[in-house]
Amino acid sequence: MEAGAAITVEGLLVERGGRAVLHEVSLSVASRSVTGLLGPSGCGKSTLMRSIVGVQIVAAGKVIVLGRAAGAQELRRRVGYVTQAPSIYSDLSIEENLRYFAAIAGASRERIAETIETVGLGGREDQVVGTLSGGERSRVSLATALLSKPELLVLDEPTVGLDPVLRAELWASFHELAHDEGTTLLISSHVMDEASECDSLLLMRDGALLEQITPNELRAQTGKDDLGQAFLAVIERAQREADG
Amino acid sequence: MSARTTLATARRVLWQIRRDPRTIALLLAVPTALLILLYFVFEGQPHTFQKIGAPLCGLFPFIIMFLVTSIAMLRERTTGTLERLMTLPVAKADILFGYGVAFGMLAAVQAVIVCTAGFLVLGLEAAHGAWLVGLLAVANALLGMALGLFVSAFARTEFQAVQFMPALIFPQMLLCGLFVPRNAMAGWLHTLSWLMPLTYAYEALARATRPAPLGGAFAADVIAVVAFTLAALGLGALTLQRRTP
Repeated sequence: MEAGAAITVEGLLVERGGRAVLHEVSLSVASRSVTGLLGPSGCGKSTLMRSIVGVQIVAAGKVIVLGRAAGAQELRRRVGYVTQAPSIYSDLSIEENLRYFAAIAGASRERIAETIETVGLGGREDQVVGTLSGGERSRVSLATALLSKPELLVLDEPTVGLDPVLRAELWASFHELAHDEGTTLLISSHVMDEASECDSLLLMRDGALLEQITPNELRAQTGKDDLGQAFLAVIERAQREADG
Repeated sequence: MSARTTLATARRVLWQIRRDPRTIALLLAVPTALLILLYFVFEGQPHTFQKIGAPLCGLFPFIIMFLVTSIAMLRERTTGTLERLMTLPVAKADILFGYGVAFGMLAAVQAVIVCTAGFLVLGLEAAHGAWLVGLLAVANALLGMALGLFVSAFARTEFQAVQFMPALIFPQMLLCGLFVPRNAMAGWLHTLSWLMPLTYAYEALARATRPAPLGGAFAADVIAVVAFTLAALGLGALTLQRRTP
């Protein structure tokens, strides 16, 4: 294992319906950092995340998470995972959802109140999740994963459908987690304007990893200040290399 | 497996049901309402009402718990909450027994209500005690729950899940001996009925409500019900996969 890496992936191959959806992906994610996983919808971001939390059947390759094989029983306490679609109980209130997941994680009542504040839902504890907006539901889903203060947080598009103010607040709390609590965060997004928030970027396309790079390196390498433009330049270069 | 997680799961299932008044009505009021209906249907034939109504008190929980659990578990599978639980320190047994504790408690309440109505108000007789019918009702509810958990893996939508009622439960109701004695059926149906869990559930109830001594046959029926329940739970556990394609 590479020193300081929270995640190392080597030659990961995932097939679905006889077709490869991840082509021998290799990467590493540094501990205590915010790493962005970026790429268009359907490029394999969720599949990669599922492989890292150990719920994906993989065809080949190695995935090591916090020094263990992905999906190891011990990691279930140390890794938090939030799916793209909120996976919470819509017929329970916010508080009831969190109390259930807190009982599993062994988190205290105070911790429940804390996480509700973190995701900006303070004062709404008794509201039934089914009556919340899509963005609010994803925040409840995020809160359930924060309860246990996991060492690694894998978040699949956590900011989709959120207003800009809340998005900025969430990113601020992600940085806080990484820098104050030493949490490693792997966060996927399909909007490039979130890339500048990350310490490091994984750029994906069509089931392959194009680059592992920091935002500044990406700007310097492509000569583009806008990260969206820079990503396009990387894609075009990869295309040329593939063609030529 | 941990007691804390099992009980938290049971509490969570009960919280969910509390939010759904129609399901509460289905669980608590509908069996008694159907029994009252049956009472008036057989107004001129009290013997028939006794023969069908008494065992039915212990069969309602089976049917209703099968229906409720198959839908509840399907929702757990389709909304992603099951996948999330599988990434957390939750044992499969915590989920299965959590559902068991929650629905076992509901079944007990349901059994008390329907048995009170049947044996105290509507004049049904349980030769070996209404409490025995009540206990069998809870056992049958857990059997229905275990089967519901298992078959929920084979439905993709709630629409498909309710189809298990006519496809899997109605045939068992017809063949279990409740309406026609099994030895009066076509031979191959009689043979088929031996493979169906509801046959044993009904036989035990019929013996508990008839005056004849219970004997070893009753014990064998109860053991069969428990064995079917455990087998269904075991198969259910196999359908809870941590890794999926």
